[in-house]
Amino acid sequence: MPTPYGPKADAGPPGMAAKLLGFCEELRGEGVAVGTSELLDAFAALSEVDWTKREDFREALAATIAKSQDDRRVFELLFERYFFRSAEAEAVQRGVTENQEGAPPAGEGERFDMSELSEAIREAMAAGDDDRMRDLARLAIAAFGRAEGSGVVGVDVQRIRRTLGLTAGQQPPNEDGSERPPIDREQLTGFERHLRRELERDLIERTETLPPSRPLAELDRALPTSPTQDLAAVHRAVSQMKRRLATLGHEQRGRKKGQMVDVRRTMRASLETGGVPLRLRYRPKRPRRPEIYVLCDVSTSVTSASVFFLSVLHALHDSFRKLRSFVFIERISEVTDVFEHERDFATIAQRISSEGGVADVSGYTDYGRVWLEFLTEISEELDPRSTVIVLGDARTNGREPHAEVFAQVAEKAGRLFWLNPEPKLYWNYGDSVMAAYERHCDGAFECWTTKHLENFVNVVAGAAPASE
Amino acid sequence: MANGSVAEVKEALAGVGYLADEPAALVSFLAQKLGKPVLVEGPAGVGKTELAKALSRATGRELVRLQCYEGLDEAKAMYEWNYRKQLLRIQAGGSQGEWEDVQDDIFSSDFLLERPLMQAIASPEPVVLLIDEIDKTDQEFEAMLLELLSDFQITIPELGRIEATTMPIVVLTSNDSRELTEALKRRCLYLWLDYPELEREMEIVRLHAPDLPETLARRLVEVIRMIRDLDLKKPPSIAESIDWARTLLLMGAEDIDQETFTQSMSIIVKHRTDIDLVAERVGVKLADPLRAES
Repeated sequence: MPTPYGPKADAGPPGMAAKLLGFCEELRGEGVAVGTSELLDAFAALSEVDWTKREDFREALAATIAKSQDDRRVFELLFERYFFRSAEAEAVQRGVTENQEGAPPAGEGERFDMSELSEAIREAMAAGDDDRMRDLARLAIAAFGRAEGSGVVGVDVQRIRRTLGLTAGQQPPNEDGSERPPIDREQLTGFERHLRRELERDLIERTETLPPSRPLAELDRALPTSPTQDLAAVHRAVSQMKRRLATLGHEQRGRKKGQMVDVRRTMRASLETGGVPLRLRYRPKRPRRPEIYVLCDVSTSVTSASVFFLSVLHALHDSFRKLRSFVFIERISEVTDVFEHERDFATIAQRISSEGGVADVSGYTDYGRVWLEFLTEISEELDPRSTVIVLGDARTNGREPHAEVFAQVAEKAGRLFWLNPEPKLYWNYGDSVMAAYERHCDGAFECWTTKHLENFVNVVAGAAPASE
Repeated sequence: MANGSVAEVKEALAGVGYLADEPAALVSFLAQKLGKPVLVEGPAGVGKTELAKALSRATGRELVRLQCYEGLDEAKAMYEWNYRKQLLRIQAGGSQGEWEDVQDDIFSSDFLLERPLMQAIASPEPVVLLIDEIDKTDQEFEAMLLELLSDFQITIPELGRIEATTMPIVVLTSNDSRELTEALKRRCLYLWLDYPELEREMEIVRLHAPDLPETLARRLVEVIRMIRDLDLKKPPSIAESIDWARTLLLMGAEDIDQETFTQSMSIIVKHRTDIDLVAERVGVKLADPLRAES
């Protein structure tokens, strides 16, 4: 595979250097810029630390290779996967398998006591003891029995977890009535990770092949889980977008293309040169100030995307003066004022949720009703210069979609765009009626990352869409 | 300090009152071994600047600090010709000196005003150079730093190249308010400092407020974490936890209940809107369940 850094390095003799090169190659594949100087640094750093300590080894690599928070996240994901895979590949190649007879002696011939095992796991989780958790994960898999496994790793992990009665949060008291400490969600996912890994190891050992390595899913790294972090990332991207929107206008102002000669000013200027129009004067080109109407779904089905969308709205309000925004669930409600009078994003989100008054009875989205209301409220003001943007997942919860009303909106407005927070793959499955609406849109985009957003901004600002 | 291993670096840092976590200790260790600058990023108040100070104390090196701000330029950061002294020299030696001599003379190191970066390079003793809040400067300034960071040298057109005689430990800090250039990042080791784990923050608080009973320290750290989870303008930093711990000691508080909390809240939360939010969310929580628990 050709890369910007030249042809892929020959694997060469087995050893750490080749493995590291392979690892960096994979990082590059995921868009982390690992240059030769980073590689040299990594090797220099590794000669100073103790390789046998996993923690040190990883940190040394991370400090020299991953140079931003985003890179670090990709690094973490890949590090685990790459070194696990390469160790397993080596094991398969050399025919190393685990000595099955040496399996846990306690388990010989009898069933494990599930509640005992469950207790032991709780203790290990509370203590944060990784090694012990791994051992217990193996025990749990053995106890659960291979025969009962579904063969799908993800399913098995959940099954085993349920059998052991492990859930995050407050725990029911013991049989003897004594209280048990609550389980932290992170601790539980830690244990699940061990389970998953041991199951995968088991699978590889049985089939003697490695499953194909997939590129990281876009979703994995696009949305970090912590809400505050998430917000910061969106804001950064949106501020970039803002800059872009601002410069896009200038770019067009600067172009000579399609300019009109201003006859009056040219004649006036010609007086300097004795009436000969030497210098042409052009009419100043005013950047198009689109009137934008944004409708944003804030129901529970798009909770994770709402924050993203609201911050997009927030940023749009800074860039366009003629912007009116609406939020909807079952009814529609204009929130332009909120955005114009509040600068602080948190307050805006709070005010919208408290005084929007968009949920009526059930709290489920009713698109059909929303179009009807929107049309009666705004129809006079929609004209061919206006752009309508809808942010929503087009899931009607089985209610009448009123696509014909939507078509009327589309007809009155100059342009109509739809941004859907779901991947295109999920459109029109379940109660999604995207197809009915998509027909009337000038463009429908999937939009859950800032990259998607930029692509969309290009379209609105009049440039050609960036190629996918 | 003896820099044999990561553990020793960690110990040395702890010895001067900085409890580093694994990555921080390792990167400090690598910085000394490889002679590379360290770029430290993270939210405000997690001890980025403190790390540099601790390194200087632990290694017994002098700390040279360059505080960055918008509009910082070469003259303030590297060196400047002492214009007045040069003028004096020209006037004083006006009649007898040849012009050539004067010219050579006024562009010698006697007439150079050393600024922090120059100081760090020219110092006969090894130093720790702290370039604080590099993200506040513009990109041009970053570009200017590149020569210094990769080769530890500064080129002055009139004098030639000045190379570092001793290898400084360079620490750059950034609050991540703007993306730094690739070129700068490539020359640095990268360290992301985040708010510490519960246990470690407790250790830190107890290190700086040793009289605080353990139960109270734990409660304090738990409350702080609860506050950090809220979406605040300015979440409380480690320094503020320590301040709060000291305040509680002064107040003679034995437990953090709603009353003590509202009295001393201004120590940790410093925005009017934040105060409202925290009082609403955390104050109420403190009033009932936590108390029932204890």
